[in-house]
Amino acid sequence: MALDTLQKQRRRSGRLRLAGLLGPGALWLTLFFAMPLVIILLYSFMTAGPRGNVIWQATFGQYAALFTKDIYVNAYTRSIWASVLTTLICLLIGYPLALFIARSPQRWRTPLLFLILIPFWTNFLVRIYAWQIILSNNGLINSALDSLGLPTQTLLYTENATLLGLVYGELPFMVLPLYASIERFDFTLMEAAADLGASRWRAFLRVMLPITMPGVAAGSVLVFIPTVGQFVVSELLGGAKVDYIGNLLQRLFLRSNPPNWPLGSAMAVVMMAVLMVMIMLYFRSTTEEDR
Amino acid sequence: MPLWLSVYAFQEIALSDGNAIELRDVVKAFGDVYAVDHVSLQIRDGEFFSLLGPSGCGKTTSLRMIAGFEYPTSGEIMIHGREMSSTPPHLRPVNTVFQSYALFPHMSVEQNVAFGLEMKGVAKADLGPRVQEALEMVRLTGYGARRPRQLSGGQQQRVALARALVNHPEVLLLDEPLGALDQKLRKEMQLELKGLQERVGITFIFVTHDQEEALTMSDRIAVMSHGKVLQVGTPTEIYERPSCRFVADFIGETNFVEGKVVESAGGYATIETADGIRLRGCSARPLSSGAAATLSIRPEKVRLLPQGEGSAGDENALPVRVERVNYIGSDTRITVRLSDQRTLNAWEQNDRSTVDRNAYWQPGEESLLVCPADNALVLTE
Repeated sequence: MALDTLQKQRRRSGRLRLAGLLGPGALWLTLFFAMPLVIILLYSFMTAGPRGNVIWQATFGQYAALFTKDIYVNAYTRSIWASVLTTLICLLIGYPLALFIARSPQRWRTPLLFLILIPFWTNFLVRIYAWQIILSNNGLINSALDSLGLPTQTLLYTENATLLGLVYGELPFMVLPLYASIERFDFTLMEAAADLGASRWRAFLRVMLPITMPGVAAGSVLVFIPTVGQFVVSELLGGAKVDYIGNLLQRLFLRSNPPNWPLGSAMAVVMMAVLMVMIMLYFRSTTEEDR
Repeated sequence: MPLWLSVYAFQEIALSDGNAIELRDVVKAFGDVYAVDHVSLQIRDGEFFSLLGPSGCGKTTSLRMIAGFEYPTSGEIMIHGREMSSTPPHLRPVNTVFQSYALFPHMSVEQNVAFGLEMKGVAKADLGPRVQEALEMVRLTGYGARRPRQLSGGQQQRVALARALVNHPEVLLLDEPLGALDQKLRKEMQLELKGLQERVGITFIFVTHDQEEALTMSDRIAVMSHGKVLQVGTPTEIYERPSCRFVADFIGETNFVEGKVVESAGGYATIETADGIRLRGCSARPLSSGAAATLSIRPEKVRLLPQGEGSAGDENALPVRVERVNYIGSDTRITVRLSDQRTLNAWEQNDRSTVDRNAYWQPGEESLLVCPADNALVLTE
């Protein structure tokens, strides 16, 4: 009997401790993550009022508009395509870079990683404005071309400028998880692969890449998600000539007259759904080999 | 021996004058440090050859140059008569068993073993049987679907062996492969490895710092120190006729007595210690009088005579006092002290069964230590 009471007491104090540990986080997430999400979800099924207000009248009209009007369909495909490209380019640049840092002598690794992180000390907007100065018609590159007697190029306000800005901004998020993964890799395995007749490239594909795949997956997700919703880079470097999802969202919520919160909400919900499906598919394809 | 192996071995012998590996004046320098310093070696076909030495002696670097992971600074490496000093590792007909095994953690045991065959482009249909044959050879049938991390150290070791041997290498390179195993498993694997080598008939080059391991397994041993090969020979040659003081000291235990050469003739040499004691021992080559030399004699090859037997005037007889007596079961290990405070070790086999303390030496007893000239060696350096 005494033992029984003791166990009950212990269980109760265990529960208290658990509540103490989880409470603050749970409260925070409920208030600032779950609630807004529910509001957005509700709004997406409502009707837009004439003064930018929300009329509580259920409809699927917002979703119907998203899937039928070209402007929205195009924004989705453009954003996703830009994100896929950004992720791939970051991977192609980031993997060799992370490999280089991981293979540097121990005392150089921290300083090199530090260099990757230094851009974060400056506001992102400021850094994108700096790119404007570099790319503009009388900017750094074109002045240099001009002084060499070469024809100047239109660089700023193009889709390539957008892509450049995206890769520039997201690259550190690719390099860091890749570095963590490659640094733990046992390079004796590459010697073993070579010893068994694999060329460097085949050893990379069959041994190193699969083993460092968690880093590739983590980096890709960290780059892909924010890129789908971005609007700053396409506005400042792309010149807002074409619409990405982020630009449309910003416009629907804040700039258009009147604002259309129900349509914007529906747009955000679809974006989340698409992202979730893509990430699930991606994780399944990259983790399958090491089950 | 499976048919493919015998055919293979026959072809190779025909190709190569009986040398599987030949190093010709090989040097490997890292900066201004010579890891391997003008090494020449000939390793015969089908031989179990060990590279033995303390850490940093250049044995692993030598092995890595044969595998192709390092390229020599100068010199030539011949594999069955073909010059391969600068051939990349994936094009060399040798395979390696790594100290850490280096099994691919993301592949099953079968996939690990099949890897080399796949790289060679062996047809998918032939993979299965050959992989199974290799797993059978190392007694791991039925483990094919497991991941390396699900296996014990000894089992991982055998997967590493199968993964290398399945490729029918001309030479198998083993880099301290037993280093990570516990003592008992180590002894078992020594015998198993030796048996396997005899069965498949492939040349094994085995790197180790464990002299007992090298003596147990090898046909021949190269003793290395500071990047140089000091002696190449069979285990008995290395133990019974070490070529220099380092080899005598590194292999087994021995007693050293320093002195100067006073006489050298007919395969023997005599030294005189600073306090005037003369000792005679074998000497492979004539030594010049006055040269510094050391007499080496193994503790199991000296005899301790009780007082009253023999006399201090006899050849190679030293009056000593028993200092410490260590009974270890099969032997009794006795430390004796010479008049000038130097100590020597003598091991006596306990060939009689008795618990009578008086049957053994007692500390403080006076005795005569005799080292027969034929059991002693006079070494220079």
